[in-house]
Amino acid sequence: MSDEEEDIILSELSDDELVLQMHDDLYDGLKDEITEGVNILLGRGWMPYDVLTKALVEGMRIVGIDFRDGILFVPEVLLAANAMKAGMSILKPLLAETGAPRLGKMVIGTVKGDIHDIGKNLVGMMMEGAGFEVVDLGINNAVESYIEALEKEDATILGMSALLTTTMPYMKVVIDTLVEKGMRDDYIVLVGGAPLNEEFGKAIGADAYCRDAAVAVETAKEWSARKHNQTA
Amino acid sequence: MVKVSDDALTEQGLDAPATGRVLALACGALVREVLALIEINGWSHMTLRCLPAKLHLFPDQIPEAVREGVRRGKADGFDEILVLYADCGTGGYLDKVCEEEGVSRIEGPHCYSFFDGNDAFAARGDDEMRCFYLTDFLVKQFDAFVWRPVGLDRHPDLLEMVFGNYETLVYLAQTNDPALDKKAEEAAARLKLNYERRFTGYGDMATALKGVA
Repeated sequence: MSDEEEDIILSELSDDELVLQMHDDLYDGLKDEITEGVNILLGRGWMPYDVLTKALVEGMRIVGIDFRDGILFVPEVLLAANAMKAGMSILKPLLAETGAPRLGKMVIGTVKGDIHDIGKNLVGMMMEGAGFEVVDLGINNAVESYIEALEKEDATILGMSALLTTTMPYMKVVIDTLVEKGMRDDYIVLVGGAPLNEEFGKAIGADAYCRDAAVAVETAKEWSARKHNQTA
Repeated sequence: MVKVSDDALTEQGLDAPATGRVLALACGALVREVLALIEINGWSHMTLRCLPAKLHLFPDQIPEAVREGVRRGKADGFDEILVLYADCGTGGYLDKVCEEEGVSRIEGPHCYSFFDGNDAFAARGDDEMRCFYLTDFLVKQFDAFVWRPVGLDRHPDLLEMVFGNYETLVYLAQTNDPALDKKAEEAAARLKLNYERRFTGYGDMATALKGVA
């Protein structure tokens, strides 16, 4: 018997096997295999939203857990994110056409002076995967940029990200401006980034600090449901 | 002069018996610079101990590692302990630990800032947000602290994702060493960034150490 593993032919797997294989491929950051897997499932008549949630989001959730537990490291997460991005690029236009459920709308961006967007991009993808509409303002956002987008997009959630100790205090500038303008209670404000912690999030008046993308999704769902119940 | 390899400073740090009355508890990435200042100034009352430089990659582990080093220093009878860590991405948590332990630390958000001079660095502000900084130590240990931790040795295609928003690699040089200049310039080329060299010397670190001398 040969020690070499046989190549897996994705198209020969059953749906359940393929989804599990895609979790493995995401875990291993295999972009081409993810692209192929997404196309196979779509070809078998899967709804884009199901491909997204069952194959991609679930796969990234596992990646997130193992990163948190110190089993995976930064490069592996970056590769997985890259693979998910490839799958998302196929699914995103289809999601709009097929009317996937929408849980809310998030404006997200890194704060003024901060160009570090890996975490922000990951949160954006996971939020989209979870059914939120995401307006990504990119990097280096001044308070005016956030406020303009929140109003223009009629968003429900503001997400701010910072990697630097020197830029994270700017989040308070944004929140204080929302308070001054009487807009603070209109939005769920989530903050994240490596040097932040829960205490900081509370101190600046955010609704929650999210330590990773999976937590951001769960927090956004929880707060959106709470807000929905309050206004219902 | 103490002989210790960069690899040892990265992995183990530097230990020393309690011979002076002042303990400088530093990041392993600062050992050469602190030892140089001790030698130049003849600060025989100062003992240098360093935590592993690899903590640079795991900022969340710095505060408690510093606390342990401070407590050990106190148990060893040092009159004064100066923590030679900037905030280093701990988001203020290191300051909290220093306050709880009753010790002071060198000012600044990170070593790039105090080498450059905290005031000068702050004044540059957002103009330099697209700059990626290296010090002498980080130039020497570029592969261990930059290239490999983000996986560029195995996955060069991640370069754009990680460094795509940067424009310039700024080498903050503590010493005038043409070999390091060359290595820093090569690092910039590998990251596909423009290159700038800025001589800083020991910056605010010299002032901070003089304050306890």
